[in-house]
Amino acid sequence: MSHTPETRPALYGLLAEFDSAQGLLDATTQAREAGFTKTEAYSPFPIHGMEQAIGFDERLIQKFVFVAGVVGCLTAFGFQYWVSVIDYPMNIGGRPYFSWVSFIPVSFELTILFAAFTAVISMLALNGLPQPYHPVSNAPSFARASQDRFFLAIEASDPKFDLEQTRAFLSGLQPLEVVAVDE
Amino acid sequence: MATHSTDHFDEAALMVRPTEQIGQLGSRSLLIGGVGALLALVGFFVSGETFMTSYLIAYIFWISLTLGSLGVLMVHHLSGGAWGMAGRRIWEAGTRTLPLMALLFLPIAFNLDTLYAWARPEAADDHILHLKAAYLNAPFFYLRAVLFFAIWGGLAYLLNKWSREQDEQPAQLIGPQDRRFRLLSAPGLVIFVLSITLMSVDWVMSVDPHWYSTIFGVLMIGGQGLATMAFTLVVLAALVKHEPMSRVALPGVVHDLSKLMLAFTMLWAYFAVSQLLIVWSANLPEEIPFYLERLQGPWQSISIAILLLEFTAPFLLLLWRDLKRKPHVVRRVAILVLVMRVVDITWTIGPVFRHHGSTLHWLDFAVVLAIGLPWLAVFWRSLAGRPLVPARDPYFKEAMAHVR
Repeated sequence: MSHTPETRPALYGLLAEFDSAQGLLDATTQAREAGFTKTEAYSPFPIHGMEQAIGFDERLIQKFVFVAGVVGCLTAFGFQYWVSVIDYPMNIGGRPYFSWVSFIPVSFELTILFAAFTAVISMLALNGLPQPYHPVSNAPSFARASQDRFFLAIEASDPKFDLEQTRAFLSGLQPLEVVAVDE
Repeated sequence: MATHSTDHFDEAALMVRPTEQIGQLGSRSLLIGGVGALLALVGFFVSGETFMTSYLIAYIFWISLTLGSLGVLMVHHLSGGAWGMAGRRIWEAGTRTLPLMALLFLPIAFNLDTLYAWARPEAADDHILHLKAAYLNAPFFYLRAVLFFAIWGGLAYLLNKWSREQDEQPAQLIGPQDRRFRLLSAPGLVIFVLSITLMSVDWVMSVDPHWYSTIFGVLMIGGQGLATMAFTLVVLAALVKHEPMSRVALPGVVHDLSKLMLAFTMLWAYFAVSQLLIVWSANLPEEIPFYLERLQGPWQSISIAILLLEFTAPFLLLLWRDLKRKPHVVRRVAILVLVMRVVDITWTIGPVFRHHGSTLHWLDFAVVLAIGLPWLAVFWRSLAGRPLVPARDPYFKEAMAHVR
């Protein structure tokens, strides 16, 4: 499994370092406009507008959450119905077995519960998290991505990727430095 | 990211007043209001006493827009944000209908015994009403009404006055030091919520003086916020095509306002369900008649309509992101919400007066249009009288920086 010293690991991509959120945002926009599709931005905090800048328009989580919410609501309502009307009917203060008004809070809560868990879990799953190893952490300066530095990666698997041309392109975006990152 | 050229938010371009477009919108709404006024006049002579029921319903609907505007305006002064930069002048114009609404309150004030059982001589023989008379009596009712209008009027007057000064002052005097909006709005909102709670009890809940619900005031506030957001989106959809609103009411701003309408839909529904749940579970003889009248018999279908058309349909539609970003589409949901607000207020007030199978009355809608005539006249006039965008708000550029 281990590489012999002679075999160089495959190239993951190029990583450009910026010292401001605006610099990263502008660079990301230009990379998208230049036609790069396999790009990733790293910053210590969420940047307003990054979603549009990087061309992220995946809307899967919303659909998952909606379905989960409906399922949660129906589960809770159905279960309460089954318990109170079919499986174990109890006379509570002369109220009808099918007391839908009192089913509302639990149905509401399970809607939220299912939806919220689905949102978090599907977010993690779609992001491929948790991810103990990622090539970009091979770059020595990358530790500062969680402090005060902003990074733009263009992956080698991008159809437009060409080591020299892409390096020149990134260097033209006024980064602090551009480094090649191995897999 | 600078998606807009710097002159996109150029102050001179934003301070333009689209008087002509607003004039057109004004005359269109006045035409509809005029038809309503004629119908209401007919109704006044045909139906006599039931006219006051419709009048109260229509009055509560329109003042909910006036007061909702005041509340949302103060919330925005505290929170900031791009959504309010598009809505600010609409809400300010909404609050300037207050003197009119004070005037239109007079028919209610002069017909207390028609609308409120506690104001009739027979109330003295009713043990419970006798006990409640310390609060529910005509002089105290009038005093509270005067106080309400004084409080709302004071808040609306100052916020509008300062806003005008902001537009007219030399630029160097305007800056983040202009904190008076916030300093007034923070305590103002507290007083506002308390006064609306009492107003809801006085003007709406006491039509059925035996019944009470402690959540009723906030339920009304939720409804006001919902109606105000819907109204804002309808107005915005009409203005967004023209300068200067086209520069400010960007899809992101419409999105935010629509999200707020969704939030108010949920808030209103949450309060409504809370009231139902508490009253229904307790099943107390002095509380439950409210729902017995409404959840069965002729009002049952109205209850179902409210559930489906004031909550379910707007809620599901407003979950859809693309819909929320398009003013001419979200406008349709907003119109549905506004119509359902009238139905909801009728559902709240109507069963007290209508026992023999009648529910919604054409007169309710006619009087809503009729009161809409002067309300909208004052509103459009106020809106056209000042720049449509608070471009000189010191937070304006900051708020708009990231909207697209």
